[in-house]
Amino acid sequence: MTDRIKTPLLFAGVALLILLTGVLQSWNSALVILNMGLISAIMALGVNLQWGFAGLFNTGIMGFVALGGLATVLVTAAPVPGVTTGQALAVLGALALGAGVIVAAILMWQHLRRARGLAVTVTLIAGFFLFRAVFDPAVALIEANNPASAGNIGGLGLPALWAWPVGGMLAAGAAWVIGKTALGLRSDYLAIATLGIAEIVIAVLKNEDWLARGVKNMIGLPRPWPVPLEVDLQQDPGFIAQAAGLGLDTTTASTLWVQLIYAVLFAIVLAILFWLVERARHSPWGRLMRAIRDNEVAASAMGKNVTARHLQVFVLGSAIVGIAGAMMTSLDGQLTPGSYQPLRFTFLVWVMVIVGGSGNNWGAVLGGFLIWFLWVQVEPLGNLLMQAITTGMTDSPLKTHLIDSAAHMRLFTMGLLLLLVLRFSPRGLIPEK
Amino acid sequence: MDLLNAFVALANFVLIPGIAYGSQLALGALGVTLVYGILRFSNFAHGDTMAFGTMVVILLTWGLQVLGVSFGPLPTALLALPLGIAITALVMLGTDRVVYRYYRMKKADPIIVVMASLGVMFIMNGIVRLIIGPDDQNFADGARFVINAADWRAMTGLSEALTLRTSTVITIVTAGLSVWALFWFLNKTRTGKSMRAFSDNEDLALLSGINPERVVRVTWIIVAALTVIAGTLYGLDKSFKPFTYFQLLLPFFAAAIVGGLGNPLGAIAGGFVIAFSEVGVTYAWKKVLGHALPDALEPEGLVQLLSTDYKFAVSFAILLIVLLFKPTGLFQGKSV
Repeated sequence: MTDRIKTPLLFAGVALLILLTGVLQSWNSALVILNMGLISAIMALGVNLQWGFAGLFNTGIMGFVALGGLATVLVTAAPVPGVTTGQALAVLGALALGAGVIVAAILMWQHLRRARGLAVTVTLIAGFFLFRAVFDPAVALIEANNPASAGNIGGLGLPALWAWPVGGMLAAGAAWVIGKTALGLRSDYLAIATLGIAEIVIAVLKNEDWLARGVKNMIGLPRPWPVPLEVDLQQDPGFIAQAAGLGLDTTTASTLWVQLIYAVLFAIVLAILFWLVERARHSPWGRLMRAIRDNEVAASAMGKNVTARHLQVFVLGSAIVGIAGAMMTSLDGQLTPGSYQPLRFTFLVWVMVIVGGSGNNWGAVLGGFLIWFLWVQVEPLGNLLMQAITTGMTDSPLKTHLIDSAAHMRLFTMGLLLLLVLRFSPRGLIPEK
Repeated sequence: MDLLNAFVALANFVLIPGIAYGSQLALGALGVTLVYGILRFSNFAHGDTMAFGTMVVILLTWGLQVLGVSFGPLPTALLALPLGIAITALVMLGTDRVVYRYYRMKKADPIIVVMASLGVMFIMNGIVRLIIGPDDQNFADGARFVINAADWRAMTGLSEALTLRTSTVITIVTAGLSVWALFWFLNKTRTGKSMRAFSDNEDLALLSGINPERVVRVTWIIVAALTVIAGTLYGLDKSFKPFTYFQLLLPFFAAAIVGGLGNPLGAIAGGFVIAFSEVGVTYAWKKVLGHALPDALEPEGLVQLLSTDYKFAVSFAILLIVLLFKPTGLFQGKSV
């Protein structure tokens, strides 16, 4: 079977699975799967850029997704009453000061000739205390402001569509710092460094209450531009009449309509990014990337700057993941740092890329949809399996333990899936041409 | 000013916990570094394998407790340790046979093997959560303290207490014995020498007739022993929770890289560097400084540089610094 037939067939298969969900379960769940599938496909595109094009192993996808979510909070959330501009500026100033100290230390290291170790150490230590001296009181003031419902710095109150590119930029900034340090060394170092940054991003989100309320969660984030609120739809006479014309009750119709608009919006973003990435793949730049991936030594012998190209592609890929993360937070309408699990955000995206076909953008998108669908649908199956195993048992601690453990089956199945695909079909469902 | 009390407080809150934590990290980092030196990949499954091994030890300990076996003042887990190591070693050899051997034979790119280890990590994680669940488990028994606070105060009359927990003493003694045994093995026995030769130069080692599969098998067994000991000591000292063990991966890697990947001595040094930095940066120095400084200078705040929630940021920062300035590590590892 040639790729011309196989690729559309595989996509049709996934579409059929989602349609079947609509027919057998509910159209709402089908649309929910579709929306997260679109977001997963975008994440997979970003990771495919890093892994498929350039062979870079990023184990910190979760961190970049969370940074995107943070951007959504900071850009779209309403300003918090009680936080003065002065307080906000003090925090931002402290952060800028911290960054300035680090830049100064780097410049000293590069330009000083004598006693640079001492100069850098003194700058960093003095800078740290200076930073804390400005930062701590400002944060204390902000966190003391109505901690039960606010206590954070608040957002800019801008439209949600603006937050998505900002999410991309935040992720790109973090990726630049990591890439600058870990690229150009052994390939596993990038994996270790990204693993660390992801854990730290989540720790910051959980503990810095002034930023996005920490584990108290940010809720009620505004929706992106064309998406209406269900409540408004339910009071709109025109919408009620249309829903009645389709034979749907107003509540169901409004939820479906909202999900549908989200789907269209996400599909547009996916299409744009896909077009860009596909253009990049066919450009001289894309060919260079693959040349570097396949033989670094040869590429650098041809005068190509391998580390700089790696940094470029790593930043771009992370930016795409950040955009997807911002979109996801917009879709959820909330940021809950506790829900960022490495398994769900780092590992699952990896499985998507590997199963779909690394190096092939169509494959990554397909993997995004397919694996997300399986991820959602495997849990009820796991529950059924555990129920089946335990039917013959009398009620005992073992039985409850087994039923409670059904959720952990996902870890096991996804790990197994990754190992099997890596071993027996390393090129994935739609292999690279 | 009261330097004696200051020193006791320092020892109680920084030095002793730092040494214990450092020993645990050193044992874990030794496992990472040995796998790296012999099998030439960064093993992401290390933390979760440690969780698996510790889980086996915990289950065996519970079994022994039900049978009424106890180890006097020492924790029963020490009795369960050898069997736990044996079972984990079998599991690791099995994993190698099923997963890693294929890539070794194919001479696959190291990053592919790293990815496979990620798969193993999640399978291990899944198994541990299926069997023992994701929650905290406490399995320490026996005497809790060698010296407790009241005895110390009665003994010395100082206002600061120096408590010495049994688990701390066991950690330090066991870690010391394990490291001694490892170095004796690597330096004195024929198999150990062949391992070092294989790590230094694979081709030369193969030419001189060293059986690579045997070296790999021995490595996995040693790594299993180190890992299970590290996990059990950490569990006795703090508590066992699968997610914490996964998170320990970062300090392990940081320790191994700080010392120089592939260099066992470096892994031990790295473990202590990371442990003391972590404890030092996240400890609130108010008490120690309060004793050590003249009254006029006594600090008002807690003098805590970073909240304990950010202890992983410390390993991470050290990791970045080492990667930036000395990617081969303090002891010239084989990496880069």
